[in-house]
Amino acid sequence: MEIRLQNLTKKFPNRNKKISNDVIAVDHVTFTIPDGKLIGLLGPSGCGKSTTLNMICGLETPTDGTIFFGEQDVTNLAPEHRGVGMVFQNYALYPHLTVRKNILFPLENLKGKNKLSKDEMMRRVNQAAALVQLEELMDRKPAELSGGQQQRVAIARALVKMPHVLLLDEPLSNLDARLRLQTREEIKKIQRSTNITTVFVTHDQEEAMSISDFIVVMKSGVVQQIGKPQEVYDDPANLFVAKFLGTPPINVFSGKIENGMLVIDGASVLPLEAVLKPLNQPDTSKGIDKSKAEQRVVIAIRPEGFVPCNDGPLCCDLQGVEVMGRDISIVAQHAACEAVLRAIITADTKVDSANDTIRFALKPEKVFLFDYETGERIRGLV
Amino acid sequence: MNRHQTKAWLYLLPSILFLGLFMVYPLFDVLVYSMEEGYNFASQTYFGVGLYNYSYVLHDPYFLQALKNTFILVIITVPISTGLALLISLGLSSIKFLKDLYQTIYFLPYVTNTLAVGLVFMILFQKTEYTDGLVNLVLSWFGSSPVDFINGPYWAKMFVLCFYTIWVVMPFKILILTGALASVNPDYYKAAKVDGTSAFRTFVRITLPMISPMMFYLIITGFIGAFKAYSDAVALFGTDLNAAGMNTIVGYIYDMLYGNSGGFPSYASAAAILLFAIILTITCMNMMVGKKHIHY
Ligand SMILES: Nc1ncnc2c1ncn2[C@@H]1O[C@H](COP(=O)(O)OP(=O)(O)OP(=O)(O)O)[C@@H](O)[C@H]1O
Ligand SMILES: [Mg+2]
Repeated sequence: MEIRLQNLTKKFPNRNKKISNDVIAVDHVTFTIPDGKLIGLLGPSGCGKSTTLNMICGLETPTDGTIFFGEQDVTNLAPEHRGVGMVFQNYALYPHLTVRKNILFPLENLKGKNKLSKDEMMRRVNQAAALVQLEELMDRKPAELSGGQQQRVAIARALVKMPHVLLLDEPLSNLDARLRLQTREEIKKIQRSTNITTVFVTHDQEEAMSISDFIVVMKSGVVQQIGKPQEVYDDPANLFVAKFLGTPPINVFSGKIENGMLVIDGASVLPLEAVLKPLNQPDTSKGIDKSKAEQRVVIAIRPEGFVPCNDGPLCCDLQGVEVMGRDISIVAQHAACEAVLRAIITADTKVDSANDTIRFALKPEKVFLFDYETGERIRGLV
Repeated sequence: MNRHQTKAWLYLLPSILFLGLFMVYPLFDVLVYSMEEGYNFASQTYFGVGLYNYSYVLHDPYFLQALKNTFILVIITVPISTGLALLISLGLSSIKFLKDLYQTIYFLPYVTNTLAVGLVFMILFQKTEYTDGLVNLVLSWFGSSPVDFINGPYWAKMFVLCFYTIWVVMPFKILILTGALASVNPDYYKAAKVDGTSAFRTFVRITLPMISPMMFYLIITGFIGAFKAYSDAVALFGTDLNAAGMNTIVGYIYDMLYGNSGGFPSYASAAAILLFAIILTITCMNMMVGKKHIHY
């Protein structure tokens, strides 16, 4: 089922008397989730992901805006009438019930013409359990299961009602790194096989990138960018998105534009035309004025955008070389760079770690320009 | 015994000594007293050993009256006070406005002196030459003739005693239960809501099991407390409880020791052992039922 959010806003009343403003947890969020897709809702802690999810689920009523499931406006519909399944961050499995009874619980609530026979219920429970491979654990209590198994029970409980929409709130945050990898693959597999429209909340960008068909990046309740994971990575809309996606994180330099060249700390690193494409219609808000003599900008370079090169323009203090098998990671420092600089290059490139400095040439497609004040992406020339 | 165990016993020694001296030894002593027939307090002598004291107590009409009173008190007050406390705590935990105020009001009886509350109850219920009391005033509005709750018929006195006991024990139960309810993770309720669980089913299938350890604790301590009731009856009906026909088992024991008819430690000990046996049996039964229904 397609989900459409329009101008969705949630304000929480502020209890702190010193600050009179309400907390705006979600701020005019508008996007569409195509039918049968898995989208990742991504953002730092407190950015309003859970609140958005709760509004889609019906546990919170929006202050403003509308939610559509297909053609139906569900904004004021109670959660049980929306046909959603939800997996909570801590799973919320009923500790006193066995796995079987936990999965059965939603079915026992059905009333009237939806009421199922005992056999039908058992069939559905077994089917849901088989989907997440829980058959052997049906008579255990949640406390007797591992984190990953509990998580599968939670998914089975959400799926047993055959919902149109599956909502997952940071379902992997309680698992260890290896189990997290394994379980996210399983979620993807289950989503593919059931073809349920799924919203997956996470603050882990790698997790979101790896399993989502689309990602929605949020910050302070505002949607920053929506797109396929690779597109968002390759073409971030602003500095926040660029910094948020990618490990190791993007390297941020304060730089200047001088005479049509990008300048970092006095060194001209790239011609402006290599990074920006000319804009057809004059759009001063997104483009940059070439005629202006000098302008401060933020230059962000992905770790894989560096090419070690003896006559490269960017000179950094070499701090170390970390070999990671397939790749090597160069750790360096540069006066104009906010943090330690990290470059990823293939292992066949030889780097002499005894040197004090290292010079890099840059791959233009891995270099992004942002407005110095607003952090907005500068995409083209005017 | 290996070194490890020796150490463990060594650590336990202070509390074992303490418990032994002040709990086990007196209990044992009471048992001995209860077996000594014809014990003379002054000369500290006795005729023989046997079960005569028990037989005397069990045939004493005052004891039988006390036994009956105590059982009625237990059977009425424990379920009602626990149930009411649960209802009130559910109400308290679902409101936001003025919650603290209500919580304080409900807790007030707990910090008020038993005898002071007893006095208030006397004023409310007692019929004197000058006034019929507040409760009778209210009753008269409904066309009922005045009843003397303090010196009148048995059922009226029992009603006041039960009312009073419930009133006194409820605050503590409310306190415990509001705490237990607040500690239930709200995510369970959210999950139940998403699944369309009705309010009643949520209560029976989720809330009750979650707070069952606390409920169990309250029921057990409630039983024990009600079996040991005494001061409540004194506060309402004065010290001569036998005359009022409102004595309790503990009251009977006290009277046998120090009351007007007192000076019979052997009878008192036998009654005390009987009370001990009753409480032990009831608690064991509770535990057995509890095993099936408590979810820790
Ligand atoms: N019931 C509430 N009352 C007041 N403020 C709230 C309430 N719930 C959430 N908020 C605020 O709304 C904002 C968004 O919260 P939300 O739970 O959606 O964050 P999140 O993105 O899920 O974060 P996390 O990754 O830590 O779970 C936060 O600033 C939070 O403090
Ligand atoms: Mg959250």
